[in-house]
Amino acid sequence: MSLELKIPVIGESVTEVTLSSWMKKDGEYVNEGESVCEIESDKASMELPAPSSGILKILAKAGDELKIGAIIGELDTSAAKPVNQPSIEKTVNAPVIVESKTDKKVEIPSPAAKKILDEKNISAAAVSGTGKDGRITKEDAVNAKAEAVEVTKIATSNGNRQKRNEKMTRLRKTIASKLVEAKNTTAMLTTFNEVDMFALMELRKKYKDTFKEKHGVGLGFMSFFTKACAVAIKDFPSVNAQINGDEIIFHNYVDMGIAVSTPKGLVVPVVRNAETLSLAQIEKEILGLATKARDGKISMDEMSGGTFSITNGGVFGSMLSTPILNIPQSAILGMHNIVERPVAINGQVVIRPIMYLALSYDHRIIDGRESVSFLKKVKELIEDPSRLLLDI
Amino acid sequence: MKEFDVVIIGSGPGGYICAVRCAQLGLKTAIIEKYNTLGGTCLNVGCIPSKAWLDSSEKYHELTHSFSEHGIHVKDASFDFLKMSARVQKVVTDVSAGISFLMKKNKITVFNGLGTFTDANTILIKNTKGDETITGKKIVIATGSKPTSLPGVVIDKKRIITSTEALSLKEVPKKLIVIGGGVIGLELTSVFKRLGSEVTVIEYADSIIAMMDAELGKNLHKLFVKDGVKFLLGHGVTAVESIGNLVKVKAKDKSSEKIIEIEGDYCLVAVGRRPYTDGLLLENAGVKLDDRGRIETNNYLQTNVPHIYALGDVVKGAMLAHKAEEEGVFVAEVICGQKPHIDYNLIPGVVYTWPEVSSVGLSEEQLKKEGKEYKVGSFPFKASGRARASNEADGFVKVLADKKTDEILGVHMIGPRVADMIAEAVVAMEYRASAEDIARISHAHPTYSEAFKEACLSATDNRALNM
Repeated sequence: MSLELKIPVIGESVTEVTLSSWMKKDGEYVNEGESVCEIESDKASMELPAPSSGILKILAKAGDELKIGAIIGELDTSAAKPVNQPSIEKTVNAPVIVESKTDKKVEIPSPAAKKILDEKNISAAAVSGTGKDGRITKEDAVNAKAEAVEVTKIATSNGNRQKRNEKMTRLRKTIASKLVEAKNTTAMLTTFNEVDMFALMELRKKYKDTFKEKHGVGLGFMSFFTKACAVAIKDFPSVNAQINGDEIIFHNYVDMGIAVSTPKGLVVPVVRNAETLSLAQIEKEILGLATKARDGKISMDEMSGGTFSITNGGVFGSMLSTPILNIPQSAILGMHNIVERPVAINGQVVIRPIMYLALSYDHRIIDGRESVSFLKKVKELIEDPSRLLLDI
Repeated sequence: MKEFDVVIIGSGPGGYICAVRCAQLGLKTAIIEKYNTLGGTCLNVGCIPSKAWLDSSEKYHELTHSFSEHGIHVKDASFDFLKMSARVQKVVTDVSAGISFLMKKNKITVFNGLGTFTDANTILIKNTKGDETITGKKIVIATGSKPTSLPGVVIDKKRIITSTEALSLKEVPKKLIVIGGGVIGLELTSVFKRLGSEVTVIEYADSIIAMMDAELGKNLHKLFVKDGVKFLLGHGVTAVESIGNLVKVKAKDKSSEKIIEIEGDYCLVAVGRRPYTDGLLLENAGVKLDDRGRIETNNYLQTNVPHIYALGDVVKGAMLAHKAEEEGVFVAEVICGQKPHIDYNLIPGVVYTWPEVSSVGLSEEQLKKEGKEYKVGSFPFKASGRARASNEADGFVKVLADKKTDEILGVHMIGPRVADMIAEAVVAMEYRASAEDIARISHAHPTYSEAFKEACLSATDNRALNM
């Protein structure tokens, strides 16, 4: 019997993927569960496992752009397994992120396009063609822009001055276009506040060992911020809402996106129903997702559908920043580093651990009053964590 | 002394095209031509007059040979050879006037006379009316080629002739001996055979048009034989002798070493052409030749003297007018700092016999030698409705495509109007089309060009629809 290998549905918004490479050869016997090829979508790359054991017949080339459901190969399941090939234990069938390989697609410029690209000193590989099968048309070549190469004019340096052109991965391209889209399609602005971390740090100092002992995870600040945001959202639901055409979608739950930096770029895994979780449950969720993301094993589902996001530039030492919205979400909280600063309390200058907070929001659906009040609420909850307990 | 941005020596298709492109790009341009008319070999004693002869003779041949099959009967068909020749000359004169017009229109200064380097930037033009010296910041050598002969064979231009003389004979040879089964030899064979000559072709190789895909030569050979042309393949000419109105040719069979002697009234020597640099005094400019007498050039068609360029038959590569034209544009653009490109693998080759022969890309022999895995799709004109309707069912189209990627690697055609049909294959290959790409493009019906589509279908998956 022959079984068709198709590009599976990998996420609600993914309609097309690139077949990055075949991991098995045409005619090779593959065991059920073994990865046969690697595909790359807008969001991540992943390996496809064989649904059954059999002899692989390859029908799509590495580099092909394929629609969801496209047939990429066949498995002859009636074929006998070669004796010398050991069976490999079933691996997880879920698609997993793997390190992306360089895009192997051959870019083919038309004769006129080739001349234009040569004159602009742009490699064909750096241009994505809009013609048939990715061919680079004259228009593509005319529109292609060289990287800023002004440096060559400052011709006095004797140092080594090489440039390197590297093709953007799909993930990077997606990040780029999403960010620009967020900038271009929303009325984004940022409001700031500062939060005195003294009480929270004291609390943490006091209970972190006990917490760790009981729950098996460390007590960090992220769980408090997640909780604080979830509580504040109850008062200001538009912060957790989204624009959809002429309608506004309100959520009665908080799916909290937590930005995690990975070697491949920023990914934002989602903590579901954060409003119902305890601090310990949030910490466990975050730890699990962040580890998966950094190991490149996170699934598409675990990264989609957030309603609000938190990003912590403080881990890299950022004092203050204006985060960009993770569209279609309408707001994002930016955490920053904690610095001891002199502050005035009751007429006295004292030294306190201070963190600046930034809330970028889509002014189309969140009014200034709401955004500022939301951020103030978060500040109050963090500065006096007992409020979380008392729900005030 | 007149000064120019560019001085081009030679006004053949490479030279004059280069001049026009230079002028378009705003360069002050001069062109030097030794002969009285512009256009070089191609226009005066090559492509154009030979096509004129081929067409005239073909019409007569049809009248006497194939019209009857169409139910058209003509009594006492005859032709006036001198009038035919006059028409050919008029075609040449008209086209040459067209080039003169182009020079004027583009404000290109034309100098008549033999151009000679006095130094690397200065050229002396020798003319019966007096000498003139001009300088060029850049100089382009486009002096073309001349027919060559075999060792020991003296061209007397009367009975032992080259293509140049063959195009302006005063009579139709009774028995023509053609040395060389290449493009020029076979085209002229066609002309004179149709006009009534008895033609024998002597070729050293074991096949005709040996530089093309072997199947083409085999097929064309068969069709020529059917028409009554005699062939001595695998024969090397050892002597050619002209006695009065008679020419005696001795040829040795390569395998049996047996010497054959044949007689005719004319012997056409068509064994190739050599790059022509006589009288240029290249040594005054310091320009180097390679071991085969061609001007040595780099990838930018630049000679060893950086501001001197060379193109066309006088440099390496196929001796074809359209190759020279591409190089003319290329050099003009390179001079202006642009970055043009020529894919020499995609310069088509054409033979204007009837049926015509054309090809582009790699032959099966070349693919085998390179060890490339390929698939073959072939479609005979016998199965083409258009060819049937015109009684032109000889020949085929053969498409060679990469076994894995389906990219078209070579296209070889023999049949009606394939000289024009090859253009589609060149376009497809410039865009690196696969056989299936062509197979999925609509071709008007009924046309000869459908044969290319069908051959592509056949190469794609062996799924020609009309076979």
